[in-house]
Amino acid sequence: MDLTLPEEVQLLRDSVRAFARDVVAPSAAERDRTGAFPTEILRQAAALGLYGIKVPEEYGGTGASMLAYVTVMEEIAAACASTAVSLAVINLGADCVMRFGTDAQKKRFLTPLCRGDLQAAAFCLSEPHSGSDAAALQATARRDGNGYVLNGTKQWITNGAHAGFSVVFARTTPDGGAKGITAFVIPQGTPGFRVGKEEHKMGLRSSNTVQMIMEDCRVDDSLRLGAEGQGFEVAMAGLDGGRVGIAAQALGMGRAALQEGVRYAKERKAFGKTIADLGAVQDFIADTAMQLDAARLLVWRGATMLDRGLRITREAAMAKVFSTEAAGRAADRMLQVHGGYGYVNDFPIERIYRDVRVTRIYEGASEIQRVVIGRAVTAGG
Amino acid sequence: MKILVTVKRVMDYNVKPKVKPDGSGVVTDGVNMIVNPFDEIAVEESLKLKEKNGGEVVVLSIGTKDTTTQIRAALAMGADRGILVLADGSVDPDAAARLIKAVYEQEKPDLVVLGKQAIDDDSSQAGQLLAEYLGLPQATFASKVDVAGKTVTVTREVDGGLETISFDMPGVVTADLRLNTPRYASLPGIMKAKKKEVKEFTPAALGVDIAPKVKVLKLEEPKARQAGQKVPDVATLVGKLRNEAKAL
Ligand SMILES: Cc1cc2nc3c(=O)[nH]c(=O)nc-3n(C[C@H](O)[C@H](O)[C@H](O)COP(=O)(O)OP(=O)(O)OC[C@H]3O[C@@H](n4cnc5c(N)ncnc54)[C@H](O)[C@@H]3O)c2cc1C
Repeated sequence: MDLTLPEEVQLLRDSVRAFARDVVAPSAAERDRTGAFPTEILRQAAALGLYGIKVPEEYGGTGASMLAYVTVMEEIAAACASTAVSLAVINLGADCVMRFGTDAQKKRFLTPLCRGDLQAAAFCLSEPHSGSDAAALQATARRDGNGYVLNGTKQWITNGAHAGFSVVFARTTPDGGAKGITAFVIPQGTPGFRVGKEEHKMGLRSSNTVQMIMEDCRVDDSLRLGAEGQGFEVAMAGLDGGRVGIAAQALGMGRAALQEGVRYAKERKAFGKTIADLGAVQDFIADTAMQLDAARLLVWRGATMLDRGLRITREAAMAKVFSTEAAGRAADRMLQVHGGYGYVNDFPIERIYRDVRVTRIYEGASEIQRVVIGRAVTAGG
Repeated sequence: MKILVTVKRVMDYNVKPKVKPDGSGVVTDGVNMIVNPFDEIAVEESLKLKEKNGGEVVVLSIGTKDTTTQIRAALAMGADRGILVLADGSVDPDAAARLIKAVYEQEKPDLVVLGKQAIDDDSSQAGQLLAEYLGLPQATFASKVDVAGKTVTVTREVDGGLETISFDMPGVVTADLRLNTPRYASLPGIMKAKKKEVKEFTPAALGVDIAPKVKVLKLEEPKARQAGQKVPDVATLVGKLRNEAKAL
C-alpha cells in the first residue's frame, strides 16, 4: 500500500497551494471583517478549473478524481474557509446536475458554470423547520400544465445571492415523505424566485448565506432534475462525497491553526524561553499534529474508495466527524497557545476558531454522523 | 518559433536544508522538491513568446527519474513536450551546459531560455557556458524580452541599472526575477500534461561525459548567529566595534 499522492494530484496541490498563498490568503482577514464575497478570487479559481473538478470534459470540466477534489478543498480552506465553502457548494450543485441532469441541462448549466460565466451554484435543501430531518421539508411544487409552481422558503443557502443556478428540492406529493420530493434546477432571475434575508454568522463571514424564497415560481418541465419523486435520491447521491469534502475543508483549517500556533509558539517568550519549549505547549502541538494526520488518512481513504466506485456511507461519516472534531480541537488549542492574542483579531487563529465551528454542524451534524456509523457497525458493516 | 527551456529540480525554499553528517551534501530524503523558481520564470516567458509568435516549447531537465515531476509541472503550465537526461549523481554547471548543448544540436531551437541561476548551488554558470560552447549570443539576467522577426531585444538587470541589448536568433537568454510572474498550472493543464511526451536520454547516448570538473569536498552548516546586543550609548557602541568586533 502506497500512501503517496499520484503525480497529477501532487502537481495540483502545489499549484493550488501557491494560488491560495498568493491570491486567496492575503485578503482573508479583510473579507472576514467586511463580509465581502470573494468574487475576484472565485473568478480566478474558475479559470484554474476548480468549478467543475469532477465534471466531464465534454461539459467544460476536467473529470478529475475525488482525491483531486479533497486536495483542493484542504489547500483553499487552509487559506480561507469562506472561499472553500463557496467552492464546495459550487461543486455540489454541479455534481447534482452531472448525476441526474439531461444532456440539455448539462450543456445549459454546467458548461457556463465551469467557464466561470456563472458566478456560483447553490444547493437548496434545508428549510427553517427542517435541517437534519431533510425529508420533512415543506416547500411545494404543484403540477401546472407542462410545468410546476413552487412555493416555500429555503434556509441557510450558501452562495444563494450569487448562484447562476440553484438546485431546489420541493414536495410534489403532500404526504409522501422522502418519496414525495422532486428536484429542480432554477436559473437566477426566474420570476418568483428571490433572495431573502442574509444571515450574520459567527464565522465564514466572507461566504454568502441567505434565505431563498419561492413565491408562485413557475418552472417548466425542462427544469425538473431527475424524475418526479426522485428528489431525495438526488439530494443524498452526492452526500458521501460532500461529507468527505467537508472533512477535507476542516482538515485545511486545522492545518492552518497548527501552523499559526507553531509559528507563534516559536516567537513568544515567557519565563526566559520561547513557549514552544514548554511541555504543555509541546503536548498541544503533538496531539494536534497526530490527530490531523489521522484525519488526513480518513479523508484519503474516503476519497480513494469513492474513486474506485465503492459505497462509503460509513467511511464518509467517520472522516467527517473525526476531521471536523480534530480541527475544532486544533483551533481551540492553538488559540490557547496564543494566550490573549488568540482572543483578538490581530492573528488568523481567532478567525479560524470561528470558521471551523460550523463544520461540525453542516452537511450532517456530528450527532447524525455517529448515528450513521453506529448503525453501520451494529449491522455488521 | 521553437524554444528550449530548462528546469532544475531543487529543494523547496521553505525547507531549512540540513547538511548530511558526513558533510558530503544536504539531506534530500523526504524533502519536498520543486521547480527552481528562476526556471519557472523562464518557462512562463517561453509560453508567453509562444502565445504571441506561435511555435513550440520543449522542456529539458537533467536528473534522476523523479525529475519527471518537475518536467510535468512545466508541461502543466502549457509547454508542449519534455526531455529528461537521466543522471544520478551531481551534475556540475559545465556538464549541464554540455548536455544542454547536445540536446540543442538535436532540437535546433530558435531560443534557449534558462533561469539565471538555481537556488540550490546558486552558481549562475550554465547559461553563460552554454552560449559559449554553442558560439551563440547570450542575454543574461533578463527582465524584459521582446521578439520582432529574427531579432530578440532584452532588457538586462545589471549593477546600477538596466541595459538593453539585442541579437538575432538563435541565442541564449537567462531569466531574472522581475521578468514575469509565473502562472499557476490549471487543473485541465495538469490533466493534459499527463498525456504529453517526455523522452529520456542518457548522457552516453548524447555523447557527453558528465564526470564533474568541480569536486565538492565538504559541506558545513554556517556558524549559528549570535544574539544581538543593546548598548546604552554611542561611546559604548564605538568601543565595542573597535575592541570586540575589530571593525574600526
Ligand atoms: C453556514 C451554513 C451554511 C449552510 N449551507 C447550506 C446549504 O447551502 N444548503 C442547505 O440545504 N443547507 C445548508 N446549511 C444547513 C445545514 O445543513 C443544517 O444546519 C444542518 O443540516 C443541521 O440542521 P438544523 O440547523 O436544522 O439543525 P437540527 O436538525 O434542528 O438539529 C439541532 C440539533 O439536534 C441534533 N439532532 C437532530 N437530529 C438528531 C438525531 N436523529 N440524532 C441525534 N441528534 C440529532 C443535531 O445534531 C443538532 O445538534 C447550512 C448551514 C450553515 C450554518
